[in-house]
Amino acid sequence: MISFPILSVILLTPLVAAAIIAVLPKRFRETMRQLAAFAMIVVLLLVLFLYVDYDTAAGGMQYTEYLPWIADLGVAYSLGIDGISLPLLLLSSAVGLASVFSSWHIEHRTKEYFVLLLILIAGVSGAFLARDLFLFLLLTEMVVVPAYIMVLIWGSSERIPKSEAAMKMTIFLLVGSAFMLVGVILLYVYAFPDGARTFDVTALSMSSVSGNIPYGVQVIAFLLLLVGFGSHLSMFPFHIWSPDGYSAAPTAVSMINAGVLKKIGGYALIRIGFFILPFGAKFWAPVIAILATINVVYASYVALAQKDIKYMISYSSVSHMGYVLLGLAALNVVSVTGAVAYMVAHGIMIALFFSQVGYVHDKTDARSTDDLWGLAHYMPYITTGFMLAGLCALGLPGLIGFIPEFTIFVGSFSQFPVLTVISVFGIIFTAFYVLRMLAKVLFGKRIEKFEGIKDERHADVVPLAVLGVFLVGFGVFPSLLMDTINSGVAPLSPLFDLVKDAPMISLFQGVDIWGGIPK
Amino acid sequence: MFTFALTHAYLIPLFPALAFLLIGPFTRGDKNLSATIAIFMMSLSLIFSIFVAMATQTYNITMNDPFVMKMTWAVVGNLPLTMGIFIDPLTAMMLLVVTLVSLLVYIYSASYMADDEGMGRFFAFISLFSASMLGLVGAVSFLQLYVFWEGVGLCSYLLIGFYYDRLSAREAAKKAFITTRIGDFGMLVGIIILAVMFGTTDFLELRMIIPNYVLATGTTMITIISLLLFMGAIGKSGQFPLHVWLLDAMEGPTPTSALIHAATMVAAGVFLVARAYFIFSESTIAMYFITGIGTFTAFFAACIAVTQNKFKGVLAYSTISQLGYMMCAVGLGAFSASMFHLVTHAFFKAMLFLCAGAIMHALHEETDIFKMGGLWKKMPLTFLCMLVGVLAISGIPPFSGFFSKDEILAAAKVASQPVYIVMMFTSFLTSFYMMRLLIIAFLGENRSEYEAHEVDAFMRWPMLMLAILTLVVGLAGYYGGFSLWVNDGTAVHETLNYQVAATGTVVALLGYVLAFVIFGRQSIRKKVARRRRSFVYQVVYHKFYVDEFYDYIRRRLVYTFAYALNWVDIHIFGGIMDGLGAYALGTSDILSAPANGQVQRYLLFFYTGVAILLIAALYWTVQIILQGGGVFG
Repeated sequence: MISFPILSVILLTPLVAAAIIAVLPKRFRETMRQLAAFAMIVVLLLVLFLYVDYDTAAGGMQYTEYLPWIADLGVAYSLGIDGISLPLLLLSSAVGLASVFSSWHIEHRTKEYFVLLLILIAGVSGAFLARDLFLFLLLTEMVVVPAYIMVLIWGSSERIPKSEAAMKMTIFLLVGSAFMLVGVILLYVYAFPDGARTFDVTALSMSSVSGNIPYGVQVIAFLLLLVGFGSHLSMFPFHIWSPDGYSAAPTAVSMINAGVLKKIGGYALIRIGFFILPFGAKFWAPVIAILATINVVYASYVALAQKDIKYMISYSSVSHMGYVLLGLAALNVVSVTGAVAYMVAHGIMIALFFSQVGYVHDKTDARSTDDLWGLAHYMPYITTGFMLAGLCALGLPGLIGFIPEFTIFVGSFSQFPVLTVISVFGIIFTAFYVLRMLAKVLFGKRIEKFEGIKDERHADVVPLAVLGVFLVGFGVFPSLLMDTINSGVAPLSPLFDLVKDAPMISLFQGVDIWGGIPK
Repeated sequence: MFTFALTHAYLIPLFPALAFLLIGPFTRGDKNLSATIAIFMMSLSLIFSIFVAMATQTYNITMNDPFVMKMTWAVVGNLPLTMGIFIDPLTAMMLLVVTLVSLLVYIYSASYMADDEGMGRFFAFISLFSASMLGLVGAVSFLQLYVFWEGVGLCSYLLIGFYYDRLSAREAAKKAFITTRIGDFGMLVGIIILAVMFGTTDFLELRMIIPNYVLATGTTMITIISLLLFMGAIGKSGQFPLHVWLLDAMEGPTPTSALIHAATMVAAGVFLVARAYFIFSESTIAMYFITGIGTFTAFFAACIAVTQNKFKGVLAYSTISQLGYMMCAVGLGAFSASMFHLVTHAFFKAMLFLCAGAIMHALHEETDIFKMGGLWKKMPLTFLCMLVGVLAISGIPPFSGFFSKDEILAAAKVASQPVYIVMMFTSFLTSFYMMRLLIIAFLGENRSEYEAHEVDAFMRWPMLMLAILTLVVGLAGYYGGFSLWVNDGTAVHETLNYQVAATGTVVALLGYVLAFVIFGRQSIRKKVARRRRSFVYQVVYHKFYVDEFYDYIRRRLVYTFAYALNWVDIHIFGGIMDGLGAYALGTSDILSAPANGQVQRYLLFFYTGVAILLIAALYWTVQIILQGGGVFG
């Protein structure tokens, strides 16, 4: 019996909608919007169904689909979801839907805009669905092109020209991809002998656990992946592209880039790095942890100096990615669960932030804290959105960010106590810049300039409503999120045990990485 | 009925939470309906709290044998994060105090805020505050405590910044949140260490584990944890050096000052130490530290209060000072005395703030006491309440403050002579500055441009109720055996130490005499003008320049450094990375050249550059490997 290919439907619905929009005559702007919105509503509903229906007790890959593709290379069209990818898929579909509604008033080249946006959304969603590394890489590469074009055409910028920002972003993502491509090829070549090779992540993982990938290869391949996915995840010092890139991008692209695309880096480090290269991960863990702490403290400090709200949010996102990296670096079930949950939490929060800032920018043509003032008088919805996102950013309990953050700290403390305490210190700086921004933008006297300014209504409220429901819902009932992720991370537990006493990189003593897999 | 209340005690925080959910999104526009909902829900909470308090007697619930209901909120690895309600005499007492003061303040606010556009919003926020505060005192675990701790912090932020068109309110709200956050950082680290070390944050379980742990491995870690947790208490309870936010917090509506920044939330720090007493009391160093901070804060804040001219400013510093008394007491091990003072203080301080509100209401938001004067004729009831409050805070028998303060002073006398002397002197300062406030604001000639009038019944009755409580609670607590009910360890029925009581009373009366000598005559202004020139007066009047010092750090160090790092990020790291990218593309000016939209050309460049970078990276990796493994080794 062939079951309903729900994952393929989730992957293809936006693409089909994009295809229909592409052939529609230009004047049907309204229809295009509605079609895009309809496609994303269908996707979100399907993903919600999956989220409820997924069997956390059984765990593992479910709803799998498999079609051989390039048999000679071992490439297959292979989809599946587990407790790690499912919440991230939920994130991408929620942010996808919100981003469509945040683009409601795009009048310039509407058709091209929605085609590209839907391809972008399909690409980032697909990355979480793929069980095949080749497919995964294909989809992650696929998203770079629409993102680049959208920044060029619909973007806006303050600090540097938008073309430059777009270039910067694309170069970093592509160069990062090139690094990880080499890493993936390395592990692909070593895992199986010629003829039996495959890109299937599960098979690769099993091969690695049985010792087929030499220790040295693991160490080198993981470094390549770290550089590659680190630039996706805006790990210091590869974060340089992200503030410029996000700030120049149109609202929807900022939301998807910062909310979802970035998370692909963290997801891949777990899916490829941890599952296939556990010894490599262990070897580089201290480096990740140190860079993570730099991310947290350094970026929140820089955020403090920003006047442009989009830059401030971008730097805050760099800072928050430090928490994710810290959780990953600690290499235990608790911390990695926290890291995955925090990726979801951060995605929802940052997408909400960008959508609200985008609306304000559209209405006032201002996005600097020097130009905005007292918006609370005119815009109750915007105020709610800003407050929710801001309070979530500073880790207020009851909103989605707190439990993941706490989980990361609890998990990483036993491994890196000093770095964890320094990272916790970041919550003070976060409060500093978030509250400063909220105060300047929302509060203060009424001023002439903004009299009669319109608050969000109808379609504009959708991003706030959709993302707000997740922000508060998962905040008040964190187990809805944490239990699913727990079931996904649990299979990593034997791998973490395996590498528990394996050597880590050290300043003081060399590690013989060609000496076979450590016991 | 007792059983029902006890097994449904979790409803106590949920009633005001429901009020928030109704008012916030739905009835915010309807002032009276919003007020009614809030008051009704809080009445229900109060009724439940009374029954719960009685149930602790009926069922013989003690500190060592609490009644706990909990559920798992989330699971983190092997660490269950629990939420629920923890009923022991300490919580039952706090529930009573919080619900009672909340209800009276709500009723008062229904009139006080009536002219305000944002009355609905006010009742939404203040209901959320009460819900969080009740959740905090009913916490079953450190995690729950932290969750609601941040919750009350949020409400405090929202209510201080309630008049958000005022810049001062906006800045004060921010300051309050950030200052307390500094303390919360320590508290969070402390909780994380507890979770990691003991695999639980539940009070009941930790209470079992910790003594054995101390027997087995000593108290070093316990001291570290205690000091970290205490950072949270320093921030929330406005202890030195994080006291700076509480004065600015007076920017909020006055009922907020009464409920949050005098009676309940600011006592949360003291409550934390009491709740986690089984941890703190294991560490002698931590207990000394708490006593030290408490004693110093009590004295320091009292000195500042002597010089302040704002009505609410004097009260704010007196709150900080009184919280110092409580901290000092709990640090000395006088658990029961500290909690007793918390209760009596909650009532008389809430009342003093409501009096302040009444005066500001009558005088069109006037806050400077030198622009008041002669109010006793026009506002006799407010004057009477004020008088009761002043007598209570000074520790004059038989007002409530006398009994609680006496127990603290008696404990100090036994434990440490220097602490006793400082506290006694602080008591003198207290009665001096409170009498000064009373004389300047209420006696003498009228210096206000407005015609004052007594407030309406909605505002009168809560004040009167609190005045009666101030008269009764001390006697009732003393003769009713408060120290037998709320205590930790062995129950001792405290009896009056007549020597301390007599000394305390005489010292307080001396404070009054001095106040009358200085301010009792007509020529107040001339006197003060002369005093203000002295250097010492200036230093104290400016609160020892602590705010200026922090402001200097904030502007000079934090922001300057931030701007410097921003420059570094753009020009150094950004420059290096851009340079690498340009190098990868094989041309140095492509990044600055205007884009002409030829995507294909760029992509071609990208991949060429990428190839070059890759070769470089591979070459580098191979070099490392050839050098024998360790990267730096």
